[in-house]
Amino acid sequence: MLRFLLNRLGQSVVLLLIVTVITFFLINLAPGGPASTMRMEASPEERQAMIEKLGLDQPIYVRYIDWITHAVQGDLGISFTSSEPVIQRISERLPYTIELTVFTIVISVIVGILLGVLSAIKRGKAQDHIINFMSVIGLSVPAFWLGLMLILLFSITLGWLPSSGVGSRGADFDLWGWISHLILPVLILTTTVLPNIVRFTRSSMLEVISQNYIRTVRAKGAKESIVLYVHALRNALIPVVTIIGVLIPRLLSGAVITEAIFGWTGIGTLIIEAARGRDYPLVMGVTVMITIVVVVCNLFVDLVYSRIDPRVKNV
Amino acid sequence: MEASTQTNVTSGVAVKAKKRKNTLLNRLRQNKVAYFSLWFLIVLHVVVFIGPFIWTANPEELQEVGALASWSLQHPFGTDDLGRDVFARMLHGGRVTLLVGLAAMLFSLLIGTFVGACAGFFGKVVESIFMRITEAMMAIPNFFFVLVALTVLGTSPIMVIVVIALSSWMEIARVVYGETLKWKEYEFVEAANASGAKSMRILTRYIIPQIIPSIIVSGTLTIAAAILTESAISYLGLGIQPPTPTWGNMLQNSQQYIWTAPVLGILPGAAITIAVLAYNFLGDGLRDALDPRFVKK
Repeated sequence: MLRFLLNRLGQSVVLLLIVTVITFFLINLAPGGPASTMRMEASPEERQAMIEKLGLDQPIYVRYIDWITHAVQGDLGISFTSSEPVIQRISERLPYTIELTVFTIVISVIVGILLGVLSAIKRGKAQDHIINFMSVIGLSVPAFWLGLMLILLFSITLGWLPSSGVGSRGADFDLWGWISHLILPVLILTTTVLPNIVRFTRSSMLEVISQNYIRTVRAKGAKESIVLYVHALRNALIPVVTIIGVLIPRLLSGAVITEAIFGWTGIGTLIIEAARGRDYPLVMGVTVMITIVVVVCNLFVDLVYSRIDPRVKNV
Repeated sequence: MEASTQTNVTSGVAVKAKKRKNTLLNRLRQNKVAYFSLWFLIVLHVVVFIGPFIWTANPEELQEVGALASWSLQHPFGTDDLGRDVFARMLHGGRVTLLVGLAAMLFSLLIGTFVGACAGFFGKVVESIFMRITEAMMAIPNFFFVLVALTVLGTSPIMVIVVIALSSWMEIARVVYGETLKWKEYEFVEAANASGAKSMRILTRYIIPQIIPSIIVSGTLTIAAAILTESAISYLGLGIQPPTPTWGNMLQNSQQYIWTAPVLGILPGAAITIAVLAYNFLGDGLRDALDPRFVKK
């Protein structure tokens, strides 16, 4: 178990390194550094001063080594655009994204498994077709467009829900204000992952139902409900754990768009601001932070999976 | 003697392939939604690619009727906020959007199949390197990658295609990898191996043909995803830039005019949804048609 854990941890570190190298070289090798986004009237001297101040005159590998040595000590540099530490800007925004994604994943998993199992049990019947149809629609509607339409309906026409923002936090926190700001973003984000969970649960359940041991249980004369819920469901849910790991990056990608639509001040809107402002340290910081989140989630999923499925070899 | 056996074998393969193709289409026909989607997509592509030759209004030119004109015979969907013909923009925008989807899919199929097949077949170092890279790419939420890459590399259509493809081949690689692992254990592959066939030949002649059905399914679903990604980045203003219309960037300014000209917001979004929906239905239908377990009758 310990060996497995260390092995996976080592792999995660390698993965993080690959991601940082790709991102770092990508953003640094391209034309149009931060100096090019300075005011038009900046003199060549001012420009040069800025380049030197930011260390952009160094060769790229020197900058990468410099960056990575600081990064492992928890120093992700200073944001170009706001002159605040990158780590501070990220930690201001990350909780909002976590809030959004945690709500989404909990709702998606519960609803997704229920619908997936229902769909598999009622295979070929009306319920199955409706659920299938709805999941394909969920996968196909562009989140930003659905968001616009929902804002149009619930915020503008009906006036029930706020169209943007995160609600008031801190001292004048009120529960309904908080929930009402969450409903639409969570709903939109749910549409990006729910269909996958439903379909995965359904096919996993169908796969298990077609196994020999299920036939044996049926042949023994067990009641259908016992066959399904006692013997099939338990094994069908095991692979569903893995899909959750796969869906985390997808969820975070979806969060970028969702946050953009609803003006949700999370990590998604931060990366858009950083990318537009060519704020290199911030872009790097956000990418690293997101990768860490993904890696930790995957590690956790692997651990859970190897615990609940004895067939998985710990290599 | 050897030559004649060779021809027999190849013609046998050809006959088998033809038979399979027929049954595939027949099986697909049983799934009405998927079959309808196939036809719908054919019609949609014809309309979007041939339409601009018939409807010759310039999508980037300002019309005499002015901005936000409502529908008329000259302008069936009216004009947009700058006074450009919306119908022409829908046709040209569809061309760009669908082409970007198709091109990105082809490119990512190429990368994904190469990576997955090599990793699965050769194992060892190739497998660890390729699959670690695949995992690393899957671990970066691809929308972050796309945003960063496009801001840095620019937003020409070619760049958009390349970046979308580079961010979406991993799923295909994993599918191909899994299938290659499965097929390489089969007796016919062992037989080919024993008879002295070279690895590249085994891979391209024996294994990849078995995987083609899965590749087709993945490809169809990849187009759908690519269209969605393109429209999302265009909506954020980081994709293909106006005045070149795409269904995604047509939505960029539509939010402001949602009351005065709802068509501007509804049309491109609906077009994206329908096209993606049809590709997804077709992909699902193909998957079911190709999967012996899921075929009824």
